[in-house]
Amino acid sequence: MAETRTQSAPIPAQRKPEGGGIPVAEFRDVTKVYDGGSVALERVSLKVGRGEFVFLVGPTGCGKSTCIRLLMKELEPSQGELLIAGRELSTMPREKVPYLRRNLGVVFQDYKLLPDRTVAANVGYSLEVTGESRESIRRKVPDILRLVGLSTKLHAYPDQLSGGEQQRVSIARAFVNHPPLLLCDEPTGNLDPETSIGIMQLIYRINRTGTTVIVATHDKEMVDKMRRRVIELQEGRLIRDQAAGMYRPDESTSEFAIRLRGEMGIGAEGHPN
Amino acid sequence: MRFSFFLKEALRALQRNAAPSLAAMLTVLLTALVLGVFIPIVQATTGTANDVRGRVLVDVYVAPKATAAQKDQLERRIEATPNVKAVDFVSKEEGLATAKKRNPKAFEEGTELLGRNPLPDRLRVTPEDPDKVGAIVDRLAPRNAEGKREPQLAAIGEIRNREDETDKILSATGLVKLLTAGLAVLLVLASIALIANTIRLSIFSRRREVEVMKLVGATNWFIRWPFVIEGVIVGFMGGVLAVLLLTIAKETFVDPLSERFALIAAPDTIDFPLLVVLLLFACVAVSAIGSGLTLRRFLRV
Repeated sequence: MAETRTQSAPIPAQRKPEGGGIPVAEFRDVTKVYDGGSVALERVSLKVGRGEFVFLVGPTGCGKSTCIRLLMKELEPSQGELLIAGRELSTMPREKVPYLRRNLGVVFQDYKLLPDRTVAANVGYSLEVTGESRESIRRKVPDILRLVGLSTKLHAYPDQLSGGEQQRVSIARAFVNHPPLLLCDEPTGNLDPETSIGIMQLIYRINRTGTTVIVATHDKEMVDKMRRRVIELQEGRLIRDQAAGMYRPDESTSEFAIRLRGEMGIGAEGHPN
Repeated sequence: MRFSFFLKEALRALQRNAAPSLAAMLTVLLTALVLGVFIPIVQATTGTANDVRGRVLVDVYVAPKATAAQKDQLERRIEATPNVKAVDFVSKEEGLATAKKRNPKAFEEGTELLGRNPLPDRLRVTPEDPDKVGAIVDRLAPRNAEGKREPQLAAIGEIRNREDETDKILSATGLVKLLTAGLAVLLVLASIALIANTIRLSIFSRRREVEVMKLVGATNWFIRWPFVIEGVIVGFMGGVLAVLLLTIAKETFVDPLSERFALIAAPDTIDFPLLVVLLLFACVAVSAIGSGLTLRRFLRV
């Protein structure tokens, strides 16, 4: 159960990017102890290669969110090193953090949209921040909203949208800068299974453009069915790092969705362990 | 484009947080009013103090037995003394006339009782520098070994420099000045604290927005500018209102009064336009700095 099978995928590893180059994100013996003394992470080491799709699973309080927040440099590790694209985060000066975050897309369970701004303004805000010209914002925002399937909701306000639609807006905001790494903290936590599949499909589509994706979720069942690399945490310890078998890296988005829907209905059919 | 974006953000924030913004504006308004009233008052008391200092005089009473030649010698001697600005001869008749004017009952009855003018002739000496008035007295009548004054010339009867009275007046005005200045400083400090608190409230109500801004990689200054601009707008509006109120007060109360009573207009105070510029600048600066500084805490992490 707890063994680490990295290259046991039945379909031979076509994940060419993982081997070569600097890992997009790397944990080296990272320990995080909160001020109260509770240990969130204990000596976690892992590498995420370019273009990978990684699930971070485990029960609530196992340290998933801590991982995400460490990668955003919202928290500092108590011990160990954390690298993003080969860059050590703890030595990064405070004033460089905004530039790090522009290269990270982050999606949260509670969407974190600004309620008094339209969908377009919410998405445009992250372009505004990088000093993009107004014309380029006007061009890019409808494009990205078309990608997430919300081209008709440009001028709607967040409270006029459903949960799934709001999450799509937040994904659009995270991806509009085309960051090399997308972090998702429980992106489907508030959504029903059908909507969740849609969101997962969207995240998968983003992954297919070459973006590395790390998704933290407690929905273990769905993760197992998606057959991507799974990293399982329990009480802050890494207990499984598994390139879950039987997935084809070049699977198209619709194939992916069809398979996912099928498996969600059928049950634990293709379970590797 | 950047600036227009910040301005738009600031205006949106003002619109949405109307209540805290209004509170901040009122605080600025009160501070400006207090400053606008206290600056002229402090200046007026300073002016009065200077006025009193200017009136420090030395009276040299001529000995009753002195001859005309001795009087002339005395006058020349005083004129030659350093730090003397002017010497005025006041005859005993003139002296009595002014004394009667000041205190008619005592002097009229006194002269009647005495049957003659009790006042001696005197020379009124105006010093160049009021603070060194003692040196003049020392020159004309140095102290001897026992500490008594010995007049240098036979014509000198007595020398008085009204030091005691002027000292009292000077210390009283000094105290008034100190008190008003202290009060003004306290009020300004209180206003700064209030402004900082109001801005902190308005930022607290927007911490989610700040959180999202940081999430998408906004630099600290990018987040800060709209708040600073908002502070400037609030400060400017408060300042303009305060200036308006001050103008109304000046036109309706102070100006008619000063026309009728020379007393109020007498001391030199700050020019009104200068005061207006100063107040507006102070308001804008205080609220801009206040909002900029308050944000520091929220921009950590």
